Amino acid sequence: MIKLEKLSKIFETPNGGTVMAADKVSLEVAKGEICVLLGPSGCGKTTTLKMINGLIPKTSGKIHVAGRDTDTIDPVELRRSIGYVIQQIGLFPNMTIEDNICIVPDLLGWERSKARKRAAELLDLVNLDPSIFLKRFPKELSGGQQQRVGVIRALAADPPVLLMDEPFGAIDPINRAVIQDEFLRMQTELRKTIAFVSHDIDEAIKMADKIAIFRDGKLEQFDSPDDLLARPANDFIASFLGSDRTLKRLSLLKVSDVMLSGRIRVSAQDDVATARDMMKEAGHKNIVMVGPRGRARGYLHLNDVVEASGTVEEHYQALPTTVNVDADLRTAVSRMFRHDMTWMACVDDDGFFKGFITQRAISHQLGATYRDTPTEGLT
Amino acid sequence: METLVFISQNLDLIFERTVQHMSIVCVAIGLAIVTGVPVGILITLNQKAADIVLYIAAIIITIPSIALFGLMIPVLSLIGQGVGYMPAVIAVLLYSQLPIIRNTYTAITNVDPALREAARGLGMTPIQRLRRVEIPLAIPVVMAGVRIAVVMNIGITAIATYIGAGGLGAFISRGISQSDPRQLITGALMVSLLAIVSDYFLLWLQKRLTPASSSAPAGGH
Ligand SMILES: Nc1ncnc2c1ncn2[C@@H]1O[C@H](COP(=O)(O)OP(=O)(O)O)[C@@H](O)[C@H]1O
Ligand SMILES: [Mg+2]
Repeated sequence: MIKLEKLSKIFETPNGGTVMAADKVSLEVAKGEICVLLGPSGCGKTTTLKMINGLIPKTSGKIHVAGRDTDTIDPVELRRSIGYVIQQIGLFPNMTIEDNICIVPDLLGWERSKARKRAAELLDLVNLDPSIFLKRFPKELSGGQQQRVGVIRALAADPPVLLMDEPFGAIDPINRAVIQDEFLRMQTELRKTIAFVSHDIDEAIKMADKIAIFRDGKLEQFDSPDDLLARPANDFIASFLGSDRTLKRLSLLKVSDVMLSGRIRVSAQDDVATARDMMKEAGHKNIVMVGPRGRARGYLHLNDVVEASGTVEEHYQALPTTVNVDADLRTAVSRMFRHDMTWMACVDDDGFFKGFITQRAISHQLGATYRDTPTEGLT
Repeated sequence: METLVFISQNLDLIFERTVQHMSIVCVAIGLAIVTGVPVGILITLNQKAADIVLYIAAIIITIPSIALFGLMIPVLSLIGQGVGYMPAVIAVLLYSQLPIIRNTYTAITNVDPALREAARGLGMTPIQRLRRVEIPLAIPVVMAGVRIAVVMNIGITAIATYIGAGGLGAFISRGISQSDPRQLITGALMVSLLAIVSDYFLLWLQKRLTPASSSAPAGGH
């Protein structure tokens, strides 16, 4: 959907020198994917992004958007067909929120009523009540609200491609996380093809299908977040990703990715002896007790019941904590550490027991990537 | 006291001269807006042109008004308009150029670069950018320039009486030549009053024309 071929940009500086802001950048963003352009300040992310919609004229190379060579498209028409969001938001203070959202539809000559209706729909989409916000001016909105409007303004004419330059960079961390989640939820429906500039690794990991890491105008690595974290191509990338990059992978994996089957379980009325045998046979130190309909209710620890007799009900302990199967591993591990546990029962949204995760299984999963490629260090 | 009597006996004359006075200022300022604003916008395209135009306008404004009126007499005599209404209007027009051109130029160049970039990125042509974003945002600053020009030129127009343009200056010049403090004070009073009233009126207008966001009450959220 977006394809860059050997794209380069050389700036002339006022004192007669030159800056290679983009150096033969080639990459392709598939339809419906978010590609995050990541790297330290001044590495050429913004320059690369702005060449896509012609805000910065390229020095050499080719750009294709939706299959069309951008050289063959009038720049104004090109920009109207591509959504554009900037960090400074750039809502026009002399226009209402409604008029701000309707800018591109108006420029494209949409019927007025159709454009206004669209503005109301879009406000709804980001949980801003149209009856309150349509007629307000940008000044009367909080930063987070303004940035939401900045995003839906880019979506107003329903462009297939979106360019976003640090769109959530000016928002405080708490609101940023909320807006990121909201945006990802929208994206699962909208399936836009997005080039997204960020200098924040955690944001990139969260948002990206693919990450493009830049240094001094060069594209250093182009990979999925997990591959990037597991196999940084060189020392620069490794240090940019941080020494805790393996831990960062935890947020990319879900509990269900490493969960062990919950078929082994007991209920309250079962014999402790049966439970003991089941644990010994499976080689487990613990077994989960479920209620009549399968909700996780408690557990038995093998060492506590070696000599015991009677029913499970008489010996079980409460579960200190459980984790949802859809949670990410970062949440799971953090909870395990907090409760000083080496394993945890996993439940679905209704509390039904689905299986369990262990610290061993998690480290095994993270380590698997490295075992596949023995040449890479176990750093 | 004598002055008050004089005023009450000459209301018709005062009114007539006030209208004369304002018609010089209004016509000249109107023409100055029509010429100065486009010039102010055009010079944003070229730094060098901007420097030259602003320099010339700054020089014009430093010419003493009496000298400017004097200079215009021989020039305008060529078309038989050496004295009277025409040179007065032209002088005010010239004096108004600096505040109007400079404020327009400053207002447009000071538009937040992020807004300009957003406008470009959304696909506005340069003309659309001017019309929808840059000019609306520049209006309050341009209006401030107009205010300065109006107030300044109400004073300058008082001198136009010496080239036979009439106006409130006539009270002052007669007051001086006839050693009549009543006329002198009436003229001075009216010129000051006119300047103050115009200033407040334009300030009100400027606020009205400012994007509603700054005057509308901020809603709770
Ligand atoms: N208009 C310009 N003129 C000269 N140099 C520029 C210009 N814009 C950007 N640069 C230089 O190009 C490099 C890349 O800039 P940019 O793409 O803005 O970086 P990033 O967005 O990754 O922080 C920097 O070294 C910057 O100084
Ligand atoms: Mg940047």
